[in-house]
Amino acid sequence: MNAPAIELKGISKAFGPVQANKDISISVMPGTIHGIIGENGAGKSTLMSILYGFYKADAGEIYVGGNRTDIPDSQAAIAAGIGMVFQHFKLVQNFSVLENVVLGAEDGAMLKPSLAKARKQLKSLAEEYELNVDPDAIIQDIGVGMQQRVEILKALYREADILILDEPTGVLTPAEADQLFRILRRLKQEGKTIILITHKLREIMDITDTVSVMRRGEMVGSVKTVDTNPADLAERMVGRKVLLRVDKTPAQPKDTVLEVRGLNVTDAQGVHRLKDVSFNIRAGEILGIAGVSGNGQSELLEVLGGYEKATGEILLNGEAIDLTGAHSDGQSRRNRGIAHVPEDRQHEGLIMEFSAWENTAFGYHHDARYQKGALMDNKAILADAQEKMDRFDVRPPNPMLAAKNFSGGNQQKIVVAREIERDPDLLLVGQPTRGVDIGAIEFIHQQIVALRDKGKAILLVSVELDEIMGLSDRIAVMFDGQIMGERLPSETDETELGLLMAGVTDTDAPHSVKEIEDNLAHAGTGEKV
Amino acid sequence: MEKMPKWADVILVPVVSLLLAAIISVIVFWSVGQNPWEAIKLMAFGAVGTSDFLGYTLFYATNFIFTGLAVAVAFHASLFNIGGEGQVLVGGLGAAIVCLFIPWPHWTLALLAGGAAAAVFGALWVTIPAYLQARRGSHIVITTIMFNFMASGLLVYMLSDALRPAGQMQTATAIFPEATHLPSLNDIAGLFGSELFGRSPVNISIFIALLACVGVWLLIWHTRLGYQIRAFGQSESAAKYAGISAVNITMIALLISGALAGMMAVNNTMGINTPQLVDNAAGGAGFIGIAVALMGRNHPVGIIIAALLFGALYQGGAELSAATSIPVQIVVVIQALVIMFTGALDQMVRSPIEGLFMRFSSKAVKE
Amino acid sequence: MDFFTIVQLGDASIRMAIPLLLACLAGLFSERAGIFDIGLEGKMLAAAFLSAAVSFASGSVWVGLLAGIGISIALSIVHGLASITFRGNQLISGVAINFFAAGLTVVIAQGWFAQGGRTPSLSGAARFDGIDFPGALTRVREKMQASPGMQFYSEFVSGHSILVYIGLLSVPLTWWILYRTRFGLRLRAVGEAPEAVDTAGISVVGLRYSAVIICGILCGIAGAYLSTAVQAGFTKDMTANRGFIALAALIFAKWRPWYALGACLLFGLFFAIDNRFQNIQLQVLWIMVILIGASAAMVLYAIKREKIDVIVLGGLSAVLTVIALATWVGSTGEEAGLVAALFETVKVPSQLIQSLPYLFVVIVLAGFVGKAIPPRAGGQPYVKER
Repeated sequence: MNAPAIELKGISKAFGPVQANKDISISVMPGTIHGIIGENGAGKSTLMSILYGFYKADAGEIYVGGNRTDIPDSQAAIAAGIGMVFQHFKLVQNFSVLENVVLGAEDGAMLKPSLAKARKQLKSLAEEYELNVDPDAIIQDIGVGMQQRVEILKALYREADILILDEPTGVLTPAEADQLFRILRRLKQEGKTIILITHKLREIMDITDTVSVMRRGEMVGSVKTVDTNPADLAERMVGRKVLLRVDKTPAQPKDTVLEVRGLNVTDAQGVHRLKDVSFNIRAGEILGIAGVSGNGQSELLEVLGGYEKATGEILLNGEAIDLTGAHSDGQSRRNRGIAHVPEDRQHEGLIMEFSAWENTAFGYHHDARYQKGALMDNKAILADAQEKMDRFDVRPPNPMLAAKNFSGGNQQKIVVAREIERDPDLLLVGQPTRGVDIGAIEFIHQQIVALRDKGKAILLVSVELDEIMGLSDRIAVMFDGQIMGERLPSETDETELGLLMAGVTDTDAPHSVKEIEDNLAHAGTGEKV
Repeated sequence: MEKMPKWADVILVPVVSLLLAAIISVIVFWSVGQNPWEAIKLMAFGAVGTSDFLGYTLFYATNFIFTGLAVAVAFHASLFNIGGEGQVLVGGLGAAIVCLFIPWPHWTLALLAGGAAAAVFGALWVTIPAYLQARRGSHIVITTIMFNFMASGLLVYMLSDALRPAGQMQTATAIFPEATHLPSLNDIAGLFGSELFGRSPVNISIFIALLACVGVWLLIWHTRLGYQIRAFGQSESAAKYAGISAVNITMIALLISGALAGMMAVNNTMGINTPQLVDNAAGGAGFIGIAVALMGRNHPVGIIIAALLFGALYQGGAELSAATSIPVQIVVVIQALVIMFTGALDQMVRSPIEGLFMRFSSKAVKE
Repeated sequence: MDFFTIVQLGDASIRMAIPLLLACLAGLFSERAGIFDIGLEGKMLAAAFLSAAVSFASGSVWVGLLAGIGISIALSIVHGLASITFRGNQLISGVAINFFAAGLTVVIAQGWFAQGGRTPSLSGAARFDGIDFPGALTRVREKMQASPGMQFYSEFVSGHSILVYIGLLSVPLTWWILYRTRFGLRLRAVGEAPEAVDTAGISVVGLRYSAVIICGILCGIAGAYLSTAVQAGFTKDMTANRGFIALAALIFAKWRPWYALGACLLFGLFFAIDNRFQNIQLQVLWIMVILIGASAAMVLYAIKREKIDVIVLGGLSAVLTVIALATWVGSTGEEAGLVAALFETVKVPSQLIQSLPYLFVVIVLAGFVGKAIPPRAGGQPYVKER
């Protein structure tokens, strides 16, 4: 038995108060594809960045090919034969493919010989692994799939034997993903070791030999892929955590509050982000939008919240909303009775340098009750903030403290308090419990349900499936900018939703990888328009 | 939790920065063969040694309050208005035109109209850089520097051509009519039989400057506009979420900034002993405003203190250069050092102090 | 304008362009590595002073040049400390360096030489003299009577100081370093995507420091050129805003070396014209055409856009139109009617001519002369994610 290609022992890493990795051990045999699966924020990327020398571990040991190896920086990782394809590519956009490949791996002070050699090498690598890329193409002119190939070529050019790919299919269309998997299998045949980080079960089942599951910074366990199945993996990923049962009565929906018809968004890069999205929400109802992140949910929230332009039609209480003109901003939306708990509280929902009381008025600084003549009534805002913080049990209950000094859960409470207390007709909620501790999660969930029971319409976007299941009265699943279908929570399960999230609408063939693949191949969209 | 108490942030950090600047200044004095102790004594005497000198210090401080506020308002929106110098000059044109061509019955009216004209002209002068920043993303720093040069060109043209009375040698306007002369503090002291402030030009506009401080304080911390300016300055993405228009806030913040800089012209045209607009009327005040704003942490109270300090430096430096061979530019050196330490090298000064506090507080927790 | 005048103008343009060019290339290295530098002006000024002072003291201009380069590098390192190590605001640091140099040069010059903030006049080996090429004519009278080819050779090609030729050579050299060497590749990469450089195992900090040091060297030469080749000694504020113009030229050149040469020559020409023709007369008709034409163009641009465009550009157009009409009406006199006034000539204010380069900079920055995309990571300190 030969030594593992990679062995990690007792790796720990903390970012400030957040323990991203806790005593993680893992072992990967050479010539295999090893999957690391876990939910967003489980610590997978951190672990691999440590292996690549991008971050330094607080504790633990790394063995490469059986030898204890220190990897203080990327240079050392490269020297140890480790290559990494990051989730966000590390490419120089206005360089050619060739220049990107050569960068950092030049042979001498002069560029020409290095480039000539790399050109030759690329050609042979392309033949060996079916990795065809035009060496003179400029990165910003080629598609994401091609850019990913360049990243792989970069690693191979540096003679990497161990290749780490971090969520490689997150940005790929299904067809591109299939192509990538063909390449990975080919690399395995040639004796390379591959570590695949993903949160998609299908990919694990499809391509890996062994799989490790991570949850909340800890390693749950490693198994052979043939010995497991998606349901088992899902259970390990999510864990038998305390079921956050939300006490709620069945919804009593009334009139339609929000009507969305044929919404389309194309971003600055020309990518079609929302494709003909239509749905409606009634008063006293929570519509949950499930989906893997990056499938158009953020854009949907931004359009509804007024800070992304779109085409299509949105009716609020039967009246059209301006989507492109002078009234397509956050202020007009708030005036119309749309409140918004944004997905990213640190960069959108709060001004981190502002004190809590100032954040209480954020977005509502035009409210009449906060004005006193020409000035803002800071006393009123402060009193309001204090009262809200007390009611929402924000700790510490000190409105003078800057937002950045609160924990994630308490920051989120400040945002939720601000938006819910506005008594909006429609509340948009994005990832309400991302990075929030369990106590706060329950509280926030209760508040959302309470607002529903007051007869308000709520749009909930979350990548946490159990949150969607627990809170929603109706669930819509988004994939690739489209709504794949709507389900009632009582009539569906996580498996069915998971398939919809992967773009599969044919629910009669749940576990056949082959058929999923076929469906995905036909669903191929998302290319530049 | 906070890394260090607020008082350390507001007082200790600037004071340490100032000390570092002082140490380097001492080295400069040494290198030019000047006894630093003597120089400091001379400067201190020159700044506050006599009632006249104190008056001059206050006169310059008035200038720096205006320009410091101007820079600070822009800073709150995360914009760097380095064009105060030009805005002061053009503001001066506004004040001069109003004073020269309209017969004012009383200085109070002239002050109101002159101040308004100076503010409007100063704001107009920043309009194009502001517009280019807001709509075209042109770098406000470079465009305002260019507008400084153009302002001095415009001023020289006006002062040597259109506004210069026939037969006058000096590149300057005529002396403003008597009715527009602002009372100096000495005049006011005279009402009480005092000779305070002697022949120094410190005048009624120092109160306008203090009013402007109150105004800016209200604006930034007590109005919707100020709230939006600060929010935009802190986080553009959050401002977008809240529906705060980047274009509008950029324009408005810079226009207010330009207006404040322009208003300084009241002090240095209508307020001086022979009220007129002269060539090079700004005298670097626009630039000193940067140091004042940085040191004053963009807060009016801090700005008043920093402006007094720089007023003293400016006046003390002038007296020093009169008494020794040290040129007045020593003030520019100190100003540069203050900008460097309180602005760009802030982290260098701050980190060790924060570390010290962290150490103490963690010790306190353990015990 | 005869041929010799044109040659002279070209010659003067080059002289004016060289310090701009060196500073522009200095900025190019720095900004290509992702470090904004508005402190070019200050570094040039400090170098101008110290090279003149040391040349005077040592009697050797070469020693002076080294001293100038030295002080400029020192200031660059301060800028590096602020912007790379302490991740401070690069603009504020640059501004501070400018003031520091502006003040300190005068203070030290006065302290050392007591001549009102200037250095004593340099002569002989303490100055860079023009190099006369073999066969070149040196006397103006002879040149004026020579053949056009000889005029070009003697006035335009020959007779510059060595630093002019160094400055011109630094353009291909910069190009070569940037596009033909490993260092150049990495330098360009670190200004665009420092994370790509970091993950490739190269030190971002090391690269950026190298870039600011090269920037210091070039600024040092630029400053020395001003005080030891163009002038015979240092005078207060002698860089006269060249550092800022160089930055604008850099943007105009879109951060490319050969274009930088073109941009700097253009600005050099502006200055040469300004120096040579203090008294430019224009027909009122032309003034009207230029001003009202510009107004019309702005209004046309604005009208299709938003309210703010209409207000600002419309206002500016109104001002320009008023100036045009005022000039017209102002030229009517007792003998000249409104129509005749159109063909009167008026003197363009010399201040306006002097402001033209600055005005041009603003137009360049407005992005109406081609869109300039700065290095992506420019101005931001590099921090790993999280």
